[in-house]
Amino acid sequence: MAEVVLEHVSKSFGHITAVNDLSITISDGGFVVLLGPTGAGKTTTLRLIAGLEKLDGGSIHLNGRDVGSESPAQRDVAMVFQQYSLYPHMTVRENLSFPLKSPAFNLSDAEIINKVNEVARTLQIAHKLDNNATQLSGGEMQRVSIGRALVRDPQLYLMDEPLSSLDAKLRADLRVELKRIHADLGATLLYVTHDQIEAMTMATKIGVLEEGRLAQFGSPREIYGNPHNVYVASRLGIPRINILPSHLFSGDHKGPQIGLRPENIVEGEGVDARVTRTEHLGDQTRLHLDLKGHPVITLIGVHADYATGTTIKIGPRNPLYFDAQGKRVF
Amino acid sequence: MAEIVVQNVRKTFGDFVAVSDSSFTVQDGEFFVLLGPSGCGKTTTLRMIAGLEVPTSGQIFLDGAEVSQTRPSERDIAFVFQMFALYPHMNVRKNIAYPLVSQGLSRAVVRAKVDEVAQILGIDHILDNPVSGLSGGDRQRVALGRAIVRNPKAFMMDEPLGALDAEFRESMAEELRSLHDRMGATTVYVTHDQLEAMQMGDKIIVMNHGVIEQFGTPQEIYDYPASLFVADFIGSPSMNFLPFQGTVRKGATQVLIDKHTIAIPELLEDADGELILGVRPEHVFLTKNSGLPAKVIATEYLGTSQIVTLETAKSEIKARIDADQCADTGGTVQLEFHSPAISIFNEASGRALQFDRGLMAG
Amino acid sequence: MSNSVLTPSRRSQYVAAFLVITYALITMIPLAWIFLTGFKSPADAISYPPKVIFEPTLEGYVNLFTTRTRQTEDFLAANPPENWADEIVRQYDMVIVGPSKFGERFLNSVIIGFGSTFLSVFLGTLAAYAFSRFRVPLKDDLLFFILSTRMMPPVAVAIPIFLMFRNLGLSDTHLGMILLYTGVNISLAVWLLKGFIDEIPREYEEAALIDGYTRFQSFYKVILPQAASGIAATAIFCLIFSWNEYAFAVLLTSATAQTAPPFIPTIIGIGGLDWPAVAAGATLFLIPVMIFTILMRKHLLSGITFGAVRK
Repeated sequence: MAEVVLEHVSKSFGHITAVNDLSITISDGGFVVLLGPTGAGKTTTLRLIAGLEKLDGGSIHLNGRDVGSESPAQRDVAMVFQQYSLYPHMTVRENLSFPLKSPAFNLSDAEIINKVNEVARTLQIAHKLDNNATQLSGGEMQRVSIGRALVRDPQLYLMDEPLSSLDAKLRADLRVELKRIHADLGATLLYVTHDQIEAMTMATKIGVLEEGRLAQFGSPREIYGNPHNVYVASRLGIPRINILPSHLFSGDHKGPQIGLRPENIVEGEGVDARVTRTEHLGDQTRLHLDLKGHPVITLIGVHADYATGTTIKIGPRNPLYFDAQGKRVF
Repeated sequence: MAEIVVQNVRKTFGDFVAVSDSSFTVQDGEFFVLLGPSGCGKTTTLRMIAGLEVPTSGQIFLDGAEVSQTRPSERDIAFVFQMFALYPHMNVRKNIAYPLVSQGLSRAVVRAKVDEVAQILGIDHILDNPVSGLSGGDRQRVALGRAIVRNPKAFMMDEPLGALDAEFRESMAEELRSLHDRMGATTVYVTHDQLEAMQMGDKIIVMNHGVIEQFGTPQEIYDYPASLFVADFIGSPSMNFLPFQGTVRKGATQVLIDKHTIAIPELLEDADGELILGVRPEHVFLTKNSGLPAKVIATEYLGTSQIVTLETAKSEIKARIDADQCADTGGTVQLEFHSPAISIFNEASGRALQFDRGLMAG
Repeated sequence: MSNSVLTPSRRSQYVAAFLVITYALITMIPLAWIFLTGFKSPADAISYPPKVIFEPTLEGYVNLFTTRTRQTEDFLAANPPENWADEIVRQYDMVIVGPSKFGERFLNSVIIGFGSTFLSVFLGTLAAYAFSRFRVPLKDDLLFFILSTRMMPPVAVAIPIFLMFRNLGLSDTHLGMILLYTGVNISLAVWLLKGFIDEIPREYEEAALIDGYTRFQSFYKVILPQAASGIAATAIFCLIFSWNEYAFAVLLTSATAQTAPPFIPTIIGIGGLDWPAVAAGATLFLIPVMIFTILMRKHLLSGITFGAVRK
């Protein structure tokens, strides 16, 4: 259980600014996801909180305690890495008990065995306890990594893209599982990812990062429905939002750039667009259009089909408007 | 440009059957995807078409000529590998030019062709860079360039996006497909990613354990999976399964599961014993009326829609419903299914039963 | 039928096997010759044309391990041979009066060889870890400087080292030789081990740091076990060098700390070098390194190829 407060946190590596004046408050028991592409500073932020990197400026408070000068061990946080967090020379059991045997704890062997067994049961890896870490499948490895964090029962869980090396099905399973674990523990969890699905499905709050700065912080529904700028609008939603010059469509516009999510494009009336490709994905069918030289993607009925080259009419519905710099104006 | 016909091709490694008796035809200009989990034989099939493996038996026709025993160099096929396979000691231009230089073309011709290909791929500004400093996406563009520059009869691609970061994979997939649309060259593409296959393929073959499970367009495979494996493998979340025991007769239009009648399309065959009803998440509706009772375990918000995980007496079910619809975790709801989209499988054989589908509603 | 176009044909596999076996035979012949010579009599050893078939004798081994003196016939008659070794010696009217210096020299080799290997690997691992993980100022220059000590031929520094050792009182001491070999080996150890440690993802230690371990504990519990293969490979290279080293040993050791390599070729028999004894000494001298290398063969392979397979 912990509240994490970052105030004006900055970190540079040489002349590259990784985190730039970042302030964010992660409330106790929250599942906060930091979302951003490679280089947005999300992993660095996590590492600063863990104590693996030293702050250049600003402060980090864990439960009101300034941890800026504390070592990773003193901060009582657990971290799950993208990969490589299991020791290949140890068995699953040894991996799980490794954190408990650290000098930070003073547990008897019996207590360690109990805790390890309990966590192994929660994660359904009890039958693998005596396997070597290298004999596990990707999904099992990541389960054990999560288990290594769980055994410690820390104040704060930090997760750095723990699912990104897994295949789609496993990711979907573990997403639900992580959400359940979070709900069961009531723990504070800070999760870093570039995958918008993970962010949307698991987070209570999403922090969208752009070049080391916090672009927007809010619930998934807020971020999706009410983005502050083009950058944030483009981070959530598959297919991606179409950002177009407003004048392509007739009528009054509240800004020079119009943002249309695929579901906000109405077919049948409006301006002419040429079909470049129909993509049947099974549960949805995407229509790729060419609107006066601008590529547009919209969704159509699953079994609808348009031959390439057909011209259809499209118009906006509930559009978002942005100014020339990309800032939301309506 | 070429039509590829694979006829009764089989490949064994010792006792291990990598590909068992496969036949299919890749039409001229098609983007053809071989899809399946690792070890299903898709890569071996691709390598046999390219000439990197020799089939144990069967024939492969390229534009009508039987090529199964000829060397790769005699087939005029380009191969794009997952790990790019660029020559690290050469710059981008030399990498792309390499296949032409080995053909003995004049330097002026080589230069012109390389420039043309680089332009198509949008890498003309990095032609003189060493390949070691390139991003994953650019590396794969260079690898593609090396394949395109020869103007081969067909392209073989072995998970070309597999080594890219997930972030770039989708945009690179789009790029690759639009490149195909412009060039129209026959392409055989191997992947284990069903979304990639659905997104890019004109036709898909789903393979498992060296056997072709299904062949068809992406929508056909999604709507009418021929087997349990395909139903499970395609779609994210995958198809929901409700196991039940019973006897169904030809002409039946409903089944009974847990005392609940569920309407199905008209059956064209009899079946009995252990059966499995399959329904896609978007064809599951949460109602307050009569239906299969279920408990909401979790909801996952996805922007316009949400995925609801439900627990029924039979199995766990996922429903894709509108994001605005309310589903409280822990609450109880009733489930109804969009009947025309239901599939039924025989558990023992894994095969789907035949229905008279008529026209499926979108 | 071949499986893949990359699988070589049956014929080229035979050719490859033939070439490898031929090469192995060529390199093995001198070793076999030394082994055989150890069992020859002095006359057989120097006979021309060389004898491949001969009557084996342990004379060489007896001469290697013993000191002998010539005795009068009366003495020989009065004292019958005590054992089989004595009997061999009697044919030259000699008796065994004590052990030779070989055992002592061999022990010196073991102490100096393994001592310097241990020290090189120990210091090398720590240095390599630091170079791999920490932001060391002038890291690249330091690494180059360390390697540059290898670029000089030993002869070039022999005289200064000789003078330095004499002034420091390190001449002909075990400590001196251990320090010298460690100095030479450590550059190799640091470079090899840095490569291995670079390959171990940092996340392993970082996970341990977060789990409450100190930097040194995480090094000891997490990095060391994973670097075991590299450490073993490095140890073999270091041991082979210090075990076989000749030039410095000749120059800097004589009575107390002399190692086997300078000693073996000086074994004198009747009328010159005692070739069977030299060959016997060489044979025995080869055995420890051979066993060590065979035991660590797997690691050695990864040690040799680690640079080649790195991405």
